[in-house]
Amino acid sequence: MPARSTDLGGHRYVFPDLRTLLACASPRRSGDELAGIAAATDAQRVAARLVLADLPLSAFLSEAVVPYETDEVTRLILDDHDATAFAPVSSLTVGGFRDWLLSYEADEAALGALAPGLTPEMAAAVSKIMRNQDLITVAAKCRTVSRFRTTIGLAGRLGSRLQPNHPTDDATGIAGSILDGLLCGVGDAVIGINPATDNLSTYITLVELVDELRRKLDIPTQSCVLAHVTTALLAMARSAPVDLVFQSVAGTEAANAAFGISLSLLDEAHRAALALRRGTAGDNVMYFETGQGSALSADAHHGVDQQTLEARAYAVARRFRPLLVNSVVGFIGPEYLYDSKQIIRAGLEDHCCAKLLGLPMGVDVCYTNHAEADQDDMDSLMTLLTAAGVNFIMGVPGGDDVMLNYQSTSFHDVLGLRHLFNRQPAPEFEGWLRRMDMLDFHGRLPPQSAHGAVGRRLLSRGEAS
Amino acid sequence: MSDDPAGPRPDPWDRFRAATPARINPGRSGDALPTAALLQFQADHARARDAVHGKVDFAALARQLAPKPVLCVNSRAGDRPAYLRRPDLGRRLDESCAARLPAGDWDLLFVIADGLSAQAVTSHAVPTIEACLALLPGWAVAPVVLAGQARVALGDEIGERMGARLVVVLIGERPGLSVADSLGIYLTYAPMVGRKDAERNCISNIHAAGLGYPAAAAKLAWLAGQARLRRLTGVELKEDAEARQIKAIDTDL
Repeated sequence: MPARSTDLGGHRYVFPDLRTLLACASPRRSGDELAGIAAATDAQRVAARLVLADLPLSAFLSEAVVPYETDEVTRLILDDHDATAFAPVSSLTVGGFRDWLLSYEADEAALGALAPGLTPEMAAAVSKIMRNQDLITVAAKCRTVSRFRTTIGLAGRLGSRLQPNHPTDDATGIAGSILDGLLCGVGDAVIGINPATDNLSTYITLVELVDELRRKLDIPTQSCVLAHVTTALLAMARSAPVDLVFQSVAGTEAANAAFGISLSLLDEAHRAALALRRGTAGDNVMYFETGQGSALSADAHHGVDQQTLEARAYAVARRFRPLLVNSVVGFIGPEYLYDSKQIIRAGLEDHCCAKLLGLPMGVDVCYTNHAEADQDDMDSLMTLLTAAGVNFIMGVPGGDDVMLNYQSTSFHDVLGLRHLFNRQPAPEFEGWLRRMDMLDFHGRLPPQSAHGAVGRRLLSRGEAS
Repeated sequence: MSDDPAGPRPDPWDRFRAATPARINPGRSGDALPTAALLQFQADHARARDAVHGKVDFAALARQLAPKPVLCVNSRAGDRPAYLRRPDLGRRLDESCAARLPAGDWDLLFVIADGLSAQAVTSHAVPTIEACLALLPGWAVAPVVLAGQARVALGDEIGERMGARLVVVLIGERPGLSVADSLGIYLTYAPMVGRKDAERNCISNIHAAGLGYPAAAAKLAWLAGQARLRRLTGVELKEDAEARQIKAIDTDL
């Protein structure tokens, strides 16, 4: 391709190819610096944005950032591109696309129709010239609804994954965390356990535990054990009660290979989960997690910046019509996102890009103890994301994941955001909370006593498990 | 707090609390955590951060190890922020340190690396080494290397330069809120720059409420013996080690 350049402040900036341009235009973050592809100066970063803003969107259809011949994710992106859906914006530059996204013309219907016409690279590119405010505004206009036993992503709703992890997968310990979450109205998106040990017997024990609890308490929700997709396939072959199949996905074929997956393996798992026909509200059966930095971590980034690669992971997710996708934004560590400023920005980018591409996006608003971030920063990000219409966030007891050793959002946080923004959980789950008499006159969920009618009912059923 | 005429009732949460370290049912102030739970969380987070940003007193470790000889080195990461941002720098020796390391012919080399928890290294590294040495009679053990701003792979370069057939890196693990002083051990046979993580074996979770020193030393001695015999470490040793681990637990009981 021709080199692209601009003059800024008496200095000429040249960008030899599209991936260099994208990397230099990306907001500063430690992962791109670690990869040696970040802009060297703030001026170079803005120069890249100036060039990017003038680039026709259609350039991304003719120049791949990762080679088509050697990468199945690139082939998926370009082969599945919907030119008809792309038509309304096909003549725009990246800068013009930002203006259009922010216009009143780009409403829920227009954005929904556009999604199959956008490639991840287009979404990533426009996000690089958007402020946080733009990312919130545009994401809030997108609506992505998915269904299994509950309906996730409707207007006026904030979903939650109940995350009851335990350092040794102890059944009573996990049940305690689930019951605590349920008493806070958490778990409408999924009750999802990260197993401490990824093996078949643990997987089956855990899906059976949650399934039994779900049936005994008649809770409209779905369960998931976040083990490798091959473990889920084995469990399904043994007729375990598998609702959602989980997998971490990344934006290049090589990074996915490092995860031990390929598109064909995901396809096999997707078909196996569909065949179980366990959903009552719909048939979105996959749960994917992503996170900026995963490709670099696997030494599979091809010189492409981590935010563009993250958006490419959404192309992988999109193919399998998932119920849930979430970015584990602060989990991967400070070598990729150094501090709260970088984590907050990345969380908003991930959410907005995924929504533009039509995905039911949630975010694990989180940090590790070696990142420059704390609970106050997570308060900011979760509040911004709720304003942006995030489909779901995590609910971890006290915000402290005692198995994965990081901090996420708590049951309390979910409640606080729902009440602050006047959001309810998924309608099916809200109905259950009403049947259980857990909501007050205002639709709020007040503290539940262990000795009250609901507390006794849940805790006694839980104990029986 | 209960005005039940029958007096306080047993808390149904007790059974669950006993089964998990998770912060279940901490109460609610409106939708927020009650003050005591909020401040407890902050205290735990502060402890974890202090462990990450604390400095290991390597001179004190050298005194504890005396009369065993020690050598001090640093990675190419000049300070903690550089260490956290640039894992690649934490995996390579500072060049002036590299030149000072004497070549030799050793069966085994211990490296104490600060990693992500100064507290773990300060509390557990020396007693773990002492327990291991007691189970390794007849092994030619090199001087202990004390490494600052160090990641696991720094042991590869140290071991290669010092002529060690097996390098054992004791390193502070990333702190969680419940445990801030957990030590990990990584064994690598035929260390050299560029070894992959799949070529190592790991013993994790060494702290007061986790794996004890004798148990950790027993695992290490078995793995070291197998590594010497089979001339490798990594995934190929793993399955046997897991089988052995089950036996070790049986013995403990």
